[in-house]
Amino acid sequence: MKAPIDIPVVLERETGAAATLSRSGRRNAAVAETASGKSHLLVVARRNRRALWDKLLPVTGPVLLVGLWWVAAATGLLNTKLVPAPGPTLATTWTALLHGTMAHDLLRTLTRVVYAFAFAAGIGVPLGILIGAKERIYRSIEFLIDFFRSTPSTAMFPLFMLIFGLGEEGKIALAAFAAFLIIVFNVAYGVLNARKTRILAARSMGASSLRIFSDVIFLETLPQIFVGLRAGVCIALVVVVVAEMFIGGVDGIGHRIIEDQYGYNLRDMYGSLFLSGAFGYGLNYLFLLVERHFVHWAGK
Amino acid sequence: MAEQVVQLEPVPPAVSPAAARAGNANDRGIRLRGLTKQFEGAYIYRDFDLDLPEGEFISVFGPNGCGKSTLINLISGLTPIDAGEVLYNGKPIGETKLSYVFQNYRDALFPWMRAISNIQYPLKLLHLDRRTRNRRVEALLAEFDVRIDLHRYPYELSGGQQQTISILRALITDPEVLFLDEPFSALDYEMTLFMRERLQNVFMKRRNTMIFVSHDLEEAVQLSNRVLLLTRPPARVAEIVPVPVPWPRDANSLSDPAFVAVKRHCLEVFRREVSRGVEASNEQPGTPAVNAA
Repeated sequence: MKAPIDIPVVLERETGAAATLSRSGRRNAAVAETASGKSHLLVVARRNRRALWDKLLPVTGPVLLVGLWWVAAATGLLNTKLVPAPGPTLATTWTALLHGTMAHDLLRTLTRVVYAFAFAAGIGVPLGILIGAKERIYRSIEFLIDFFRSTPSTAMFPLFMLIFGLGEEGKIALAAFAAFLIIVFNVAYGVLNARKTRILAARSMGASSLRIFSDVIFLETLPQIFVGLRAGVCIALVVVVVAEMFIGGVDGIGHRIIEDQYGYNLRDMYGSLFLSGAFGYGLNYLFLLVERHFVHWAGK
Repeated sequence: MAEQVVQLEPVPPAVSPAAARAGNANDRGIRLRGLTKQFEGAYIYRDFDLDLPEGEFISVFGPNGCGKSTLINLISGLTPIDAGEVLYNGKPIGETKLSYVFQNYRDALFPWMRAISNIQYPLKLLHLDRRTRNRRVEALLAEFDVRIDLHRYPYELSGGQQQTISILRALITDPEVLFLDEPFSALDYEMTLFMRERLQNVFMKRRNTMIFVSHDLEEAVQLSNRVLLLTRPPARVAEIVPVPVPWPRDANSLSDPAFVAVKRHCLEVFRREVSRGVEASNEQPGTPAVNAA
């Protein structure tokens, strides 16, 4: 530590810059004071408080929204017939979750999403890899994939109802179809854009095509596969909820929301809305965690 | 590699002037005969002959777009050749142990593996067991006194460290020929100087054949026994310039009269070739004339 302080002082003396010398002297004094005295504690305390606030920042938005909602309901700005106050909404939701059928509905929706996603990923990932590995196959069906990906999957309701009927199969098949398209597209795109240098590097080491595929191209594509899976599970949830609303069902969170609206159970409806939001967020977050664990190198 | 025409007993073709200058009468080293490669209808190499001696450090230098990198890709078999043959010590290059160091270390290393696994990967392809692999890596690290935390992932290391890992990965199989494609051009100057020293150290210990592509003439001359100067495409050998400067070549070597003379000579040849290219392109209408001097 000594040398870097000494050298500038010598230089300053030589040039006769007394002012700079005294400034650097003062700086040293300040360092000494903060290192030992009271001001050091103050600085630390201030820094800690700052860190605490920084941690609370992500919660600020939600708290503000609920606060606004509460104030608006309490002051009569909101028509509580259309938007009930937060307190009663929460109470109703809580009771419905613990003693009513809301947990059952959530579980039904989750089951359908899991089934749809499993089918979509199970077929979409291998097929995407195959399509991406053969550029000629990709070019020949790129338009088809793009076309169906751009077609609103909800427009396919009638078709899927015709083929799979009104039961579970119809809902799951439709959600699986929508998720499958997104997954297959992302996976194929990822394989197609695998870095050529890495493939060349493996080839220069004498790796076989199969080895290059399993050791390089697959891992190279993994981040893009996860992008596809995450988007796929989100679209599966959307389609399942909409299907529950309109393809004759007896349970599921989508069915519950539309029934609440018909029966004017608005507290329960808002509760269901928030829970399906939390549900989607949770799924996305779960995938991010898995992704971060398995694809630690993504974006680096 | 499988595409190439293999002749076990090559008919001795007419030796080009450049090959005669390289003074390689026997079949040791790298021998190219009638190498031809087209890209999008244009010849990059046409009936190209070249002889390079074994166990020397050869730098490849030439005008932009003359196909320096292409040349080593063709020799190493990374890019299939259209016609001709490539031999190393009399056998097809496909049967030669060779390694390759790429310019872009970030794209060449495997980010999903720790540095140590990256270095071991070529041994894994050779189906060696874990104990042998570990032993070989330890020996290599001791040989070159590498002090990098190898249990980190490549993206956690600096550029110079990553390229060091690339070079170690290339050396682990103890290759007969090591190809380096502008390996230091993505590094800052300080790191480049350090890496030049490190590479020189590798060569002085291993004495394997090195083919080093560079866009920096000083670097090309400093590191090599011979500088291979290429012309504009379709590329010919402009000259193979020997570098009679003692090893190791440190910062002082850069001001050695012999070094300065070689560098000046290379620069003259380079300028001549660049201006020749401009004259050629001036024949086509619409190309602005450039002062080549």
